[in-house]
This record gives sequence, structure tokens and C-alpha cells, in this order.
Amino acid sequence: MLAVISAAIFFAVDLLPGDVARAVLGNAASSEALEAFRIKMGLDQPSVVRFGLWVWGVLHGDLGTSITTHEPVTKAISFRLENTLALAGMASLISVPIALFLGIGAALRQGTAFDRIASLVTLGAISMPEFFVAYVLVALFALQWPLFPPISTFSPDSTFLDHVRILVLPSVTLAFAVVAHMMRMIRAAIIDVLDQPYMAMAELKGVPLRVRILRHALPNAIAPIINVIVVNLAYLIVGVVVVEVIFVYPGLGQLLIDSVTQRDLPVVQAGGLIFAGLYLFLNTVADVVAIAFNPRLRFPR
Amino acid sequence: MDKMPLLKIENLRIEVEKDKAWTEILHGVSLELERGEMLGVIGESGAGKSTIGMAALGYVRPGGRFSGGTVHVNGVEMTSASVATLEKMRGMKVAYVAQSAASYFNPAHTIGQQFAEVLLLKSSMRRADIDRKAATLYRELGLPDPDRIGHRYPHQLSGGQLQRAMIAMAMATDPDLLIFDEPTTALDVTTQLDVLACIKRALARTNTAGLYITHDLALVAQIVDRIMVMRHGNVVEMAPTREILAAPKMAYTQQLLHGFDSGDIEVSGPDMAERALLTIDGLSASYGGGVKVLDDITLHVRRRETVAIVGESGSGKSTLARSICGLLPPTLSTMVFDLQELLPSVEMRDKDTLRRIQLVHQLPDLSLNRAHTVGKIIGRPLQFFHGLKGKARAARVSELLASLELPAAYANRYPDQLSGGEKQRVAIARALAASPDLLICDEVTSALDQLVAAEVLRTIKKLKQEFGLGIIFITHDVATVREIADTVVVMRHGRIVNKGPVHEVLDAPTEPYTKSLVDATPELDADWIKRVRPDISVPGAHLQPAADG
Repeated sequence: MLAVISAAIFFAVDLLPGDVARAVLGNAASSEALEAFRIKMGLDQPSVVRFGLWVWGVLHGDLGTSITTHEPVTKAISFRLENTLALAGMASLISVPIALFLGIGAALRQGTAFDRIASLVTLGAISMPEFFVAYVLVALFALQWPLFPPISTFSPDSTFLDHVRILVLPSVTLAFAVVAHMMRMIRAAIIDVLDQPYMAMAELKGVPLRVRILRHALPNAIAPIINVIVVNLAYLIVGVVVVEVIFVYPGLGQLLIDSVTQRDLPVVQAGGLIFAGLYLFLNTVADVVAIAFNPRLRFPR
Repeated sequence: MDKMPLLKIENLRIEVEKDKAWTEILHGVSLELERGEMLGVIGESGAGKSTIGMAALGYVRPGGRFSGGTVHVNGVEMTSASVATLEKMRGMKVAYVAQSAASYFNPAHTIGQQFAEVLLLKSSMRRADIDRKAATLYRELGLPDPDRIGHRYPHQLSGGQLQRAMIAMAMATDPDLLIFDEPTTALDVTTQLDVLACIKRALARTNTAGLYITHDLALVAQIVDRIMVMRHGNVVEMAPTREILAAPKMAYTQQLLHGFDSGDIEVSGPDMAERALLTIDGLSASYGGGVKVLDDITLHVRRRETVAIVGESGSGKSTLARSICGLLPPTLSTMVFDLQELLPSVEMRDKDTLRRIQLVHQLPDLSLNRAHTVGKIIGRPLQFFHGLKGKARAARVSELLASLELPAAYANRYPDQLSGGEKQRVAIARALAASPDLLICDEVTSALDQLVAAEVLRTIKKLKQEFGLGIIFITHDVATVREIADTVVVMRHGRIVNKGPVHEVLDAPTEPYTKSLVDATPELDADWIKRVRPDISVPGAHLQPAADG
């Protein structure tokens, strides 16, 4: 799977318009200089050969060398990846518990004021563009009441707490975007299970409500719930570019944007590969959890 | 409290919310049930039988409410009881056996876990003792491998096994009152008998009272002391079993009793001298080249002949239908249809052959597209096979609906707006739209209530006459065979064990398997079960001191 994706990424990036050498060396560069640069970077080889070399490198943990900074891509990316994962992790720490609480609560109190208000508020949140939420948050909590820094840059000597502090505003912004979707899907999954005849059976057996929810409903709702959480986690990792840009946060998304403008192909390719890999990994986790909770899949007839 | 019967329902009314208004569905029902007594509740679906059953547990389905009357179990009023009281009563004092066991078992837990749940929550019994008790009940109910079946998950059991496991689960706590909501519908007739026998034994031993809900009068007559007939949320009649069978007072009860007699249509049998419409010679088939599911099947169908194929589930009846339609090409066979060779697979057959052989499935809910109107469903084959369009097509749809005794206005309805019997008629109309010569009906009445089924059977008989069809009618019900068929083919394990004219084969069965099938069909006679199964005590046995204590 990943092999197919890596090929797709490599050749798609290769098709990007524009001349790498000219983009790097500038318009003033002589044609000899351009030619020399291409040979040095191996750009004169046919793309199939370059793909082979690239795959060979990737398999050995070598993602290539950045064309613009001449640093190993691995080094440039690993720092950014850490930051992106930290942001996504913090955003999910905020959003998953809220979504679970709201989703399960709304499902159990179907049609009540709690259900309606939860739906309305989360729908409102998802309808607001991320940049709008971000600027409102900055205006309120960075400028009006300066609790958190308005931009999320940090120096090498900042402590863990500093790191958490600068992550608060961007991750809250992201939470706004994903909570509504998660909450609605969780609510639907739970309601679906509550409507099943075996839930009525549990009630007819005199099983108390708390046990009915924990023992009878949740194990059957866990697969769709995990699935929606994972999809949103994946979104948090790959879809945070806007938020990173607004908060000037040194994440992977911003690195990718910069690299595309500078035609730094090895970095773009490596970034794409990592995103694809993470996405596949998360989905595999979702499948494994779903199988673990579904006896039908664990014990075929 | 001693004077109070175990279950006393007084003037019970229940409403459901429909389009923002409350509609009453149970109109003041009263009944009493003593310890050790068994009451049968009978009526069509929608009569309010299950609603009564659940009310005995103080439960109304979501969207409904108690609107009047009382339900006392053991002197405890259930309709206004607190959650704590209900949790104490349910499962322990009164237990429920649901109809479709497959969906009433939680797929995430094993049978044993679900058996043990109530006892673990509400009694001091330990799991090991509970498991032993479960195994005893499983064994009594004839479940295979009783010591280990508890470790299995619901999806690993068959429908019939689940129904028995659910009966065992309800009996786990030795409740005072058991509500059986159609507990044997998924079972083969032979298994049904074993389960009824077990229920009777268990109730007699523990002096438990039972409310037995079913639409099968012949069945309920075997085990209950009294019968209550319900219709449209009212009690039509309530009397001791023998009295009701011998002298039903109300017209509706008489109709239920005699629902099977539908001799109001003149039907001429096939002309046996005529050449066969379909000839199958030595047909064998297997799934994926593996085990043979059909072995050496030979049969003939003439025009205006109904050939019933009867057998237990798993005998290969439906597979045979699939083979004839070309959906499962036989591995070996000669099939001749109207003097021409019938090619094995559906892809090889020409459009006209496809048109001339039509299949009606068991479950119209699955075979009709819910997104299409009835007119579109029936109109599709009209257009495909006959090129009918616009007005001509609409006119033909109306004609077909009329043949099936459905109003022409139904063309604009969706399947969900029709009853089960009406949906099955639409499915038959769709098959007829192709103007077939051979109609294959696969258990088309099995999912229907007795009276509705009788109506559908009558219609099929009429259509056979009207259109000169050859019909292959697949069923597991011997009574249905007697009702509709000219010729019967008895199948078992993919082979034909017996065939011939219905009266020859069924009236004095000589072949042992056919005899067991015929014997296992309940007759409208309270003593029938005593004759075929002397080991089962007769109704009212609890009034005498039980021999086995």
C-alpha cells in the first residue's frame, strides 16, 4: 500500500511545474551554472532512475538531501514532525474527551435541551472558518487578557511548560474544528446501539442503566467511535496548515508549503510519505481496535 | 396477598405517540394468571400480543406509555413502579423470552455471560455454579455441547439454537412468571416439539406461570390451559383451550380456527398426460466445488401444476430454486424447459428464457427496493421484457395489482407503507409482470401470519388457474403443502426422499422421514401432542400433583 502511495507521491511531485535549478539559483544564473547544479543534484537522470534511488534511500532511512538548505531531509523533518505531533496530540487531548462526553450525553438525553444545545453549539463551531476562530481567540486571550502568546514560536531553551502554553491557542482552534464532527458521529453510533433489541432485552432483564451503557452499549459502539476519532486525528496531523501559518508555528505543514514554493522536491516527497504513512498507521490502529471489540471478527463461525 | 393471582392485569390501556398525537393501541385488557398456569395469547401481528407480554414486566416500548389500568405481579404494581422496583422484579420474578433471539442477544458477549448476568447482579450465586445450572438447562433444551456452548458468541449459534439459549436464559433465575413471545418460530417442527416439551416440564417442576404469545393456534393448543384471542388491541375471547377449539364463540376465533379452509376456488389439477413444462434429470450442485448440497434431483413440473418442495431448513430446497433459476449453476444435470435445453447459468440464458422463469423470494422486505414505488417496482419488468412505457405500462400495473387483489392506488405507495402480506403480493405481481410460464415461490408465506398467509395462498391458486402457470412452491410447512400443492417432493440432506401426488405421499406416509414431518405438524387438537409425544404432560397437568415432584 505504502509502496503505491510513495510512487504516486514521487511522480506527482516530479510533475510540479517549474525548474528547480532556476528556482534555487535565481533568474540571473547562467545556463552553465544551471546545468552544473542539475548534475550535482542528480536532476539530469530520468525520473524512473531517480525514483529507484529515492526508494533505495528511504528503505535505508535516508530521505535525501534538501535542495535549498543542503541539510539531510530527515533532520529538517524530524523537528517539524515532533512539533506537529505535539500540536495534534494536544488538540486531541482537548477534543476527544469533550466529544465523548457531549456525544454520549446527547445520545442518552435524545431530544432534550442538552441534546439540542450540544448539537447547535458544535454545529456553530464547525461552521466558523479556522482562521476566524484563531483570530478571535488571539484577540481575546492574547491581546485582551494576555494569558497566552499570540504567536507560537519557541526558542530551543523554552521549557516543557512554555511549550504547552504556546500550544493552547492553536490546539483550541483545532478542537473547535473537530469536536462537532466527532460528537455527532459518536452520538449517532450510540443511538444506533441503544435502538438495538438487545438493549431492550437488557432492560427487560432488570439490568441497571449504568451497566446497560457500559457493558451492553459501549462495546458495540466502540468500533464506529474509534473510527471517527482516528479520522479526526489524521485530519489534525495533516490538515493543520492554516492554523500553523496563523500562529507561525514551526510544524510539518508549514515546512511543506515552504518547500513547494521553493521547489525543494526531496522535502515535499518525504513530507508526503510521512503523512501517508501516519494516515495508514492510524487507520490500521482503528481496524485492530474494532476487531478486538467485535467477536464476529475474532471468532469467525 | 394470598388471594391475589400471580399476574393480574386490569383494564390495561397503552398509547403510542404517532404524528405528535397519542393513539391507543391496547383498549382495556384484563386477565389473571395463577401460579403454574399457562395462558396462550393468540392473534395476528399488530393485535397487541407482545405489548401485553412486555406490560407484564412493566415495560412499554419507547414512544409508548401506560394510559390506564394496572398490572400486578406477585402483588407488586408494575405500571407505576419505581426504577429500583422494576430492576428487582425484572429478570428475577418475571422473565421475558423474545421472538427474534438473534437480535435480542448482545453480539459482544458470550451466551454464558448473558445467561449469568442477572444472577451475578442480583443473587449471591457464583459463576461456576451458574455455569453448571446453565449447562443443565442447555442439555434439557437439546442444545449441542451443553457444557461448552456457553463460551460461544451469539453469531456462532444458529437461529434455532439462539431461541433455545434465550429460553434457558429466562429460566436461569427460576422466575415466578415467564413471558414467551413466539419462542419457537425459528425452529423446525421437530425441534419445536422438543422445546415445547422442555418448557412444559420446566414449568410443571417449578410451578412457574407462563404467558405464551403466538400466532399459531395449533401450536399453542398443545401446551396451554386457557387461550386468549386478541385483535386490534382488544380481547376477542378467552376460554379454556378445549372449549375454544370445540366451540369458538366469536366469528374471528372461528376464522382463525378454520383459516386454512379456503376451498372457495375451483381449481382443476394439471393434465397429467400433458408433457412437462420443466424436466430436471439427475441434478447435482455444490457451493464453490465443495460439498454436494444437491444430489441427483429428478422432477417434472407441468402447466397448471403446483409442485411443493418440502423439507427442514438446510435440506437444499432454496438451493434447488437457485439452480433452476441459473443463479447457482448445477455441476451435473439435464434440464429441459418447454422442449428446449435449459442452460445451466443465468448469463448463458437468453432474455426470453429469463422472462419465462420467475422467482419470488421469502422476504419481500429484502427483495423489494424501498426507494421505489410499487408502480415502479412492477413496471420495471414490464418495460424490460415487454417494452411497455407510459400509459400502457401504468394500465398493466393496475391490471396486475387487481389480479393480486390490491387497489390500483397502491402503485404510488412505497413498500414501507404496505403490510407484510401486501408486500408479498407486490413481489408476486412483479414476477407475474414478466408473464412467466414457471413461477418459483421460495417460502413466500413463511413470514406471514396465518390468516394473511391463507389469503396469499388463495391468490396463488387463483393465479395458477388464470395464467396457466407451473409453480414450484418451496415450504417447510406440511399444512401449506396440503393446501396448495398437487404434487409433493420431500427433500432431506440435498436428496429427494419421497415424491408423488400430495394425498398419496402425506395421507398415509410410508417413508420414515416423511412420516416424521407429517407427525410433527401440530393439528388443531389439544390431545395431538399427547398422541405423538406421550412423554409430554397434557394441559392442566399442574393441577394434579406432579409425579416427578
